[in-house]
Amino acid sequence: MSEAFVSLSNLTLSYGSTVAVPNLDLDIREGELIALLGPSGCGKTTTMRAIAGLLTPTTGNIVIDGRDVTRLAANKRGIGLVFQSYALFPHLSAFENVAFGLRLQKLEDHDIRARTDAGMATVGLSGFEARKPAEMSGGQQQRLALARSLVMQPKVLLLDEPLSNLDARLRLEMRTELQRVQKDTGVTMVFVTHDQSEALALADRIVLMKDGEIVQLGTPAQLYSEPATAFAADFMGFENIFRVEAGRLVSDIGSLPMGYSTESKMLAWRPGGVVVGDGPHKARVLASSFAGGHREYVLESQLGPIKADAPIESAEVALGDPVVFDLPQATARPLAP
Amino acid sequence: MSRLTIWVVLGLTLTFLIGPFIIIIFAGASAGESLAFPPHGLSLRWYLKVFTIESFRASFLLSLFLAIFGTISALLIGIPAAYALNRYKLPGDETIRMIVSAPIIVPGIIVGLALLRYLVVPLDFTVTLALFLAHTALVLPYAVRVVSSSLQNLRADMEEAAVLLGCTRLQAFTKIVLPNIRGGVLAAFILGFVTSFNQVPVSLFLSGPGVKTLPIDMLAYMEMTYDPSVAALSALLAFMSLAIVFTAERLLGFSRYV
Repeated sequence: MSEAFVSLSNLTLSYGSTVAVPNLDLDIREGELIALLGPSGCGKTTTMRAIAGLLTPTTGNIVIDGRDVTRLAANKRGIGLVFQSYALFPHLSAFENVAFGLRLQKLEDHDIRARTDAGMATVGLSGFEARKPAEMSGGQQQRLALARSLVMQPKVLLLDEPLSNLDARLRLEMRTELQRVQKDTGVTMVFVTHDQSEALALADRIVLMKDGEIVQLGTPAQLYSEPATAFAADFMGFENIFRVEAGRLVSDIGSLPMGYSTESKMLAWRPGGVVVGDGPHKARVLASSFAGGHREYVLESQLGPIKADAPIESAEVALGDPVVFDLPQATARPLAP
Repeated sequence: MSRLTIWVVLGLTLTFLIGPFIIIIFAGASAGESLAFPPHGLSLRWYLKVFTIESFRASFLLSLFLAIFGTISALLIGIPAAYALNRYKLPGDETIRMIVSAPIIVPGIIVGLALLRYLVVPLDFTVTLALFLAHTALVLPYAVRVVSSSLQNLRADMEEAAVLLGCTRLQAFTKIVLPNIRGGVLAAFILGFVTSFNQVPVSLFLSGPGVKTLPIDMLAYMEMTYDPSVAALSALLAFMSLAIVFTAERLLGFSRYV
């Protein structure tokens, strides 16, 4: 494992008397694309603001590129931040928005021009120099905000919910764009999101957070297939999570005999891991919907509702009809409580 | 409402709003010797005479000075105050808001008397200084309010973005905040200018021998001389206010801010 480029240690972050992040340790490697993932209020945005220097930690240290920046003012850190709202300057043209930071550095005029032009080109906005932000589409504004941060050649580029304000098609396009920019520039990127599919698609590593603490840290593949806790499993799409007690699967509603033994106290299944039409358990179809390659069922069982995906080739079970199902050991993910 | 009622209401509204203005224009254009409406014949001589009255010239300049510099100093205090009240959770910010608004809530007579009794008399302030302070205080509420509403429309993250691009907080304010609240600042200036220029009750107490604002001087003039020049002057002042507001509307869309 390479040395940490950004290192947060014993970080406590609070707003007034409210502690948002109690004690955080996190190492980010150079050139990495890392996602801070979690529901709202989990401390991901707070952590990002602390890295940027917009929030001073109560305790702990932030080291970036070998330098302790904990007490360094935000405008001296050399960190870029693309805001969720883009925070473009409405009174300046697109060109002047991108050139803004370079002008503050008192660079030569032709340097500013060259770097701004290059920055606009990187995000595909050449030709839009004279437009005001209000005259640009949401996607263009996003690119402009990205260019404005990138031309500063930041040590770390932070992105706050970068795709949340875009429609579905643009989101996909911007996702690819972000990966390309990251590959081209090699900049270390940290982005905040509440959307697990976004994190899975983009990130090299995902930091899953809850209540200001890191629940799990790993590659998308690790988090997807090996969530460690019920919270992580739920976030990663394991929609059926049950406790194990005396050889039975137990929910708040009821229980079922398992038919096999396990050391775990908890087991979880994705909808795709549930077998429909074969197995020892009885249920009724509560809801059924066509989803392209498969059919999504909600089964009413003794454990309560169970989400199950059946292959589209299998016989369709009508609404309200009885059906048998199985929660096989092979597709079960054991969890720590 | 029937069509007729609408026309009647509209007619009455216009009569009461514009009627006095028209009366003044014509009363000032009288050819007679005393203030009357309808005027006795028409002439422009009272309009011309206004410019020859020495004391009007002096008091106009004083009023102009107070309106311009009183408003500027109110803005110099009001813009940072509005900014602080908008962007930070201050202890006792409601109290500060109330104190800032006090000059428009407390009757002008009381403000004038208080300033006279506690500033001019015991501290030996010159009348001009007292007037300047009073007008600054009177314009401050408008400055804070109008600038506040502009600031509310400006997202705070823009300043953070500027800081992350290398600005100090002060640079972020001058380079990002100020240009974007320009319209609000100008609106506050015009509102303050007009308020100060037309101010009577406070100035009444603070005007001293030889130092009078224009409205007070006009009052004094009317007590001595009942000729149409006061009407002529009033009409000229009304046109001046109109011209200012019209220009501001044309340049900046003034009505968006008030």
